[in-house]
Amino acid sequence: MATLVIAEHDNATLGAVTLNTVAAAQQIGGDLHVLVAGSGCSAVAEAAAKIAGVGRVLVADHAAYAHQLPENLAPLVAELGRDYSHVLAAATSAGKNLLPRVAALLDVEQISEIVKVLAPDTFQRPIYAGNAIATVQSSAPIKVVSVRTTGFDAVAGEGGSASIEAVKGGSDAGLSRFVGEEIARSERPELTGAKIVVSGGRGMQSGDNFQLLYRVADKLGAAVGASRAAVDAGFVPNDMQVGQTGKIVAPQLYIAVGISGAIQHLAGMKDSRVIVAINKDEEAPIFQVADYGLVGDLFEIVPELERQL
Amino acid sequence: MKVLVAVKRVVDYNVKVRVKADHSGVDLANVKMSMNPFCEIAVEEAVRLKEKGIASEIVAVSVGPAQAQEQLRTALALGADRAILIETDEELGSLAVAKLLKAVVDKEQPQLVITGKQAIDSDNNQTGQMLAALTGYAQGTFASKVEVAGDKLKVVREIDGGLQTLELALPAIVTTDLRLNEPRYASLPNIMKAKKKPLETVKPADLGVSVASTLKTLKVEAPAERQAGIKVGSVAELVEKLKNEAKVI
Repeated sequence: MATLVIAEHDNATLGAVTLNTVAAAQQIGGDLHVLVAGSGCSAVAEAAAKIAGVGRVLVADHAAYAHQLPENLAPLVAELGRDYSHVLAAATSAGKNLLPRVAALLDVEQISEIVKVLAPDTFQRPIYAGNAIATVQSSAPIKVVSVRTTGFDAVAGEGGSASIEAVKGGSDAGLSRFVGEEIARSERPELTGAKIVVSGGRGMQSGDNFQLLYRVADKLGAAVGASRAAVDAGFVPNDMQVGQTGKIVAPQLYIAVGISGAIQHLAGMKDSRVIVAINKDEEAPIFQVADYGLVGDLFEIVPELERQL
Repeated sequence: MKVLVAVKRVVDYNVKVRVKADHSGVDLANVKMSMNPFCEIAVEEAVRLKEKGIASEIVAVSVGPAQAQEQLRTALALGADRAILIETDEELGSLAVAKLLKAVVDKEQPQLVITGKQAIDSDNNQTGQMLAALTGYAQGTFASKVEVAGDKLKVVREIDGGLQTLELALPAIVTTDLRLNEPRYASLPNIMKAKKKPLETVKPADLGVSVASTLKTLKVEAPAERQAGIKVGSVAELVEKLKNEAKVI
């Protein structure tokens, strides 16, 4: 029994979520190999070889894998996956895009966003926006599983000494072409990995008012998130959305400002250790999950909070 | 070109679901059901393509119980031309649904298939990608913008760091993100007209697809409840609590 973990990376650096995925793989047990597929990705392979507990790093370096287009990458992963009992990837936009295509090529069902490993064939995963937790057992010959990274503590990124082996293959299916991307640059920590998250909702009233949150976040070293309402209203870009259909976060401290607390939003943050709600509506559902609630006008409270930190 | 849209009947997104006492699943008796919100966006996108003169016919398809006809009628009222219900009382997994949709794709030969990125009940986010694998088509998942240019499709996708633009060969599979469009409401005259539009019903066996599953749900539980918190009276009190009681700042 061996597990193949698909590394998340941008060809230059290894994505931190890979360490959480490896943690899930270790709970499954057995040998653990990591696949780094990309173009000019040798630095990533070296980083992957240092992850504690990894036995082998497979490197598929080919121009066709440069942007990890699933049409090119899924056949490779499916081919390699036949030799494994488990194929794992982080449940990020990249993992969610690739893994079901791999599973279908292998003709096996996939298990999405596990939060717990109970046995090598039994997992827990949230359904209905996190309002129910399902325990599922798979009898598939190859278990293709995506991992909700907030459910597993990252393993050490140093200390391992895996062998690095090149994997042959690589062809362009000719179905898709990368045109470009717009990546939002930020000095603040990455949302899903941040220890503190400050999020704004419809109550912020405008994108300019998010400056109030940015100032508090900078004092706390926090990332800034948003509810779907704030994103739909155009206040902030959609990669800041926390929720069932956005990012799932579980920081030490989550500060929800002007967020009512719809089911959709709670699904993305209710595993946070401490939740603070700042809202003028005393009846807002967010107060039912908040450890500390402060009822009042956020435009007075947030600047005051910034002064007192 | 012909566009196929897949729609799913799910519990309405506003419903707070309850887990059954015997832990066999979620209680859906007498709960309001609706079209999955992402599927509504898929239908809307297909209708917009038709209004632009790009799509010639829109076929809505659903896999589900007899009552899923309601959601197909909704799709017809929103502008789909005809509908196919693959009727089954079993709750099928994504791979089985993808195989059934593949059978429909083989028969209908659409140039574009639009599905939602995920159903809000199972939260799987798999079917579109699996259908793409089975058909061998390109996939444009989590799309927030779709443009047809000749025999190519330009798709802007929502990815973790921002947006990514791809060019796909047609035929292709697209899955919708929330930002793709704002779905319209069906007007009463259109709802009346939809009743006369064709709706064909088939069984999985008619399509020659086995829907056997290797996944078994052992148990469904309510998530751990969070303890009720306290309301603080001032910012000073809040900061004090975070520092000394919760020790998070």
